[in-house]
Amino acid sequence: MNALGYTVEHYLLLSGALFTIGAIGFLVRRNILVQLMCIELMLNAVNLTLVAYNRVHTGDMNGQVFAFFIIAVAAAEAAVGLAIVLSFYRLKSTVESDEADELRH
Amino acid sequence: MTVGNVFFAIAALICVLGAIGTVASKSPIRSAVSLLINIVGIAALFLLLNAQFLAAIQLIVYAGAVVVLFVFVIMLLGADAADPAAARSPIARAIGGIAFAVVGLSAAHLVSRILTPTVFQQVSEEHGSVKAVGESLFSSEIVPFELTTVLLIVAVVGAIGVARSKHVVKQPKKIESASARMFHGPLMARDAQRPLSKGGQA
Repeated sequence: MNALGYTVEHYLLLSGALFTIGAIGFLVRRNILVQLMCIELMLNAVNLTLVAYNRVHTGDMNGQVFAFFIIAVAAAEAAVGLAIVLSFYRLKSTVESDEADELRH
Repeated sequence: MTVGNVFFAIAALICVLGAIGTVASKSPIRSAVSLLINIVGIAALFLLLNAQFLAAIQLIVYAGAVVVLFVFVIMLLGADAADPAAARSPIARAIGGIAFAVVGLSAAHLVSRILTPTVFQQVSEEHGSVKAVGESLFSSEIVPFELTTVLLIVAVVGAIGVARSKHVVKQPKKIESASARMFHGPLMARDAQRPLSKGGQA
């Protein structure tokens, strides 16, 4: 054990747990808002993995730069996703994803 | 147990509790606050991994913008936008359980690998600083960095376009009479091209 927390495997374990919780939330919940939050959880878990591996391969900053881009994409995704939720709510007066079945007929 | 280990344990606990709260809360606003807790925990772990710049970005972008956006939308739609008792079908829950089992097995495999752990080596103070990340961003990663600006602008314009309600076509203001045009004058050159309204023919 060193002074900087545990080994990289601990970070991977934590990241896998967070990703799984997010994935299960996305599958189980029906509220689109909560599903979007679960997507953010999963993106955060991936970021944690990238930064942990960058701490192992210290030669360059590629992992952290990648995490930076993922944060930017996540922000854009949240903005567009919430705009779609607003538009969907105007159409259906609900935010339950099962109601989004316009393409089925 | 070193200070770093205790810090990691606390931050990891905060992360997991926040994630579980996000998924399990009945009310979306509690989910949003739990997501905030999770994000703060992740930022703490970034600090532990010598990623000071990313920890700051994480707090600014996620806690400062994304969660606030979620809270705004939840407030805008109201608490009764979704039935809190509604849940997925048993099939979806089974798929979720299988996904959990797969990742759990992978995690167990990782734990078994801890017998030969990949220990973090000491690293210079520069690692993860604004200077180091910025140098990387503005030299080798300059093209994706600039494309990120395009992405953000497209996202903003797209969000406005999608979220806006009906498109209102503005009717040009009618000019009352010829004398009104003469004395008040067209404010812009293109107004002079506009035909007079019927009432102004006299």
